[in-house]
Amino acid sequence: MVDMGVQIGGLALANPVMPASGTFAEGLADVVDFNRLGAMVTKTITAELRSGNRVPRVAEISNGLLNSIGIPSKGLDYFLSETLPFYRQFESPLVVSISAPTADAFAELAGRLQLPGIAAIEANISCPNIEEDGHAFAMSASSTSQVMRKLRAASSLPLWAKLTPNTGDVVAVARAAEDAGADALVVANTILAMSIDTETRRPTLGNIMGGLSGPAVKPIIVRMTYQCARAVTIPVIGCGGIADANDAVEFMLAGASAVQVGTATFVQPHAMTQVIDGLAAYCARKGVDRVADLTGAVSDAGLRLGDSEILP
Amino acid sequence: MTAAGAMAANTAGSVLRLPGSGVDDVRAQVLSNERVNDTYNLLVVAAPGPASRAVAGQFFHLQCPTTDRDAPYLRRPMSTYRAEPQSGVVEFLYKVNGAGTRGLASLEAGDYLSMLGPLGVGFALEPDWRHIVVLGRGVGLATLAPLAEMAAARNIGVTAVISARDQDQVLSVPRFADIGAHVEIVLDSDGSSSVDNVERLLRRCHAEGHADAFFTCGSNRLMLLMQRLGDELGIAGQVAMEQQMACGLGMCHCCVRDFRVAGETVSRRVCWDGPVFALAEATSW
Ligand SMILES: Cc1cc2nc3c(=O)[nH]c(=O)nc-3n(C[C@H](O)[C@H](O)[C@H](O)COP(=O)(O)OP(=O)(O)OC[C@H]3O[C@@H](n4cnc5c(N)ncnc54)[C@H](O)[C@@H]3O)c2cc1C
Ligand SMILES: Cc1cc2nc3c(=O)[nH]c(=O)nc-3n(C[C@H](O)[C@H](O)[C@H](O)COP(=O)(O)O)c2cc1C
Ligand code: FES
Repeated sequence: MVDMGVQIGGLALANPVMPASGTFAEGLADVVDFNRLGAMVTKTITAELRSGNRVPRVAEISNGLLNSIGIPSKGLDYFLSETLPFYRQFESPLVVSISAPTADAFAELAGRLQLPGIAAIEANISCPNIEEDGHAFAMSASSTSQVMRKLRAASSLPLWAKLTPNTGDVVAVARAAEDAGADALVVANTILAMSIDTETRRPTLGNIMGGLSGPAVKPIIVRMTYQCARAVTIPVIGCGGIADANDAVEFMLAGASAVQVGTATFVQPHAMTQVIDGLAAYCARKGVDRVADLTGAVSDAGLRLGDSEILP
Repeated sequence: MTAAGAMAANTAGSVLRLPGSGVDDVRAQVLSNERVNDTYNLLVVAAPGPASRAVAGQFFHLQCPTTDRDAPYLRRPMSTYRAEPQSGVVEFLYKVNGAGTRGLASLEAGDYLSMLGPLGVGFALEPDWRHIVVLGRGVGLATLAPLAEMAAARNIGVTAVISARDQDQVLSVPRFADIGAHVEIVLDSDGSSSVDNVERLLRRCHAEGHADAFFTCGSNRLMLLMQRLGDELGIAGQVAMEQQMACGLGMCHCCVRDFRVAGETVSRRVCWDGPVFALAEATSW
């Protein structure tokens, strides 16, 4: 029997597989047994009511998805009275993803979520399409540091920082989050992108730009996971284009301690449980006793990152 | 809870599901997949699990096959055209539009198709309704045909107003005729599909006492007409809506449309809060 348990900064998970925020909700419980998941992660919530972006909110591209959903939110009261009780039915730990327009508002929201049934906070400091031009806290180390310090002071729950790939220096942002007290990093959110319908000449999204996810982003996010995991001592949770167990293994070898499955669930509703079963099978086949032993186990010894040729 | 109860809960804005209604992603085997006319295809599958218990108005999220030309990534939503719990047969009536439906058209007898469902909130019939009017156009009729059968099974009379470009595009008449529906065909080619003429037809149904409820799908113009008349004549109604979907399970919030509820605009997910909504609350699309 393979030991599937992993430890994410003080939080023990029965297995390393969980949903990515915004790609998981109550409706999936009709199809998937949530008690099998390593954790459950909510859609990002905000304290205030938000309506989200105009339609079309998604566009299909080859092997991936562009979305500009935004963060439609029914607010904190609705979350506490309707959503939280729903998830309390399940044994898997609940991670609540939060967002706010300012560092202070972020901290205030986190402070109000120190409640039974909430195991950790994932700070979505990276959502690329919520404000104009896709600006986000996690684009710079200094604003990451500022918001994570305030969050750390406001909450004693395990605190995960969800980074954005839309930054020039993800390693600096990762270190800033760790230094400010994050217990884990989620690498990463969607990549700011755009597509145009050549027949109509219109952008395919109502919001013009949106976030790219799905298999198309995987090599980019594997690279960022590798870079971040080498730069920090806290666990990294890999997220980007994972559709099967092989993808999950790849992320873990690159340095992830756990993985999040997002867009793949839209295509295969059972994707997460298939990844769990496939990870166990991979470990059994490779003689790996503990899935946690895969973390960072890429065989890169003797290879060297060419100093001048890492970035084009 | 009854289906009517589910509908009432739906129109109140929070959806309660039928307990144990059962949703699954199943592998169905294609029995046939043939052209009905130059625009529409009929896909017939043998589906295990809960699929064949779909009620009228519910839909499935189909994983459309990759072809030489296309690799559709997301699933595509399709209404239940027929679902027979005894035989496990489920049918879809579809129009070939783009990558996804081109993929569907490539399926041959014996092939397999992953289908997630049945999804969403279907039509609901009130026990005191004696006669309903269904008004549809294009693939909207795929959604309305099983509703007519559900009504007939409960001894509710049906008038079906079928709108089409020309006689060749008229769909599903036998499906409506077989249950004894009164069928009215209106066409663009002879002008009978004009809003004025359809309005006359609907008013006549009402005058004859045959319009306890209105149902529509497939045309914005016809939806607005039914909504206006329903409002004026005090006739309840339901509309089945479409919107682009990704997850089909209420998770991604891409499939929203606006509804007018007590003077306010509210956003609802077509896949989860619908696809069937109260006609009075729908807004133009
Ligand atoms: C609840 C529901 C039930 C439906 N039932 C039927 C049916 O019974 N028969 C039928 O022929 N069609 C039906 N449709 C429409 C059908 O889903 C689209 O025709 C199909 O998704 C087009 O995909 P495509 O790749 O062939 O076309 P493309 O135009 O290439 O699709 C591009 C994108 O737009 C989306 N899209 C395009 N048209 C529609 C549309 N009308 N509604 C929603 N999304 C769309 C596609 O899903 C895809 O994401 C239904 C739609 C919904 C929401
Ligand atoms: C429709 C959709 C909605 C999303 N909403 C959120 C969100 O609310 N908060 C967040 O942190 N990330 C959100 N994401 C990003 C995902 O959590 C994930 O980081 C990204 O999609 C990459 O993973 P994937 O390729 O497995 O989907 C969303 C992604 C999609 C496709
Ligand atoms: S398609 Fe995802 S919420 Fe409706």
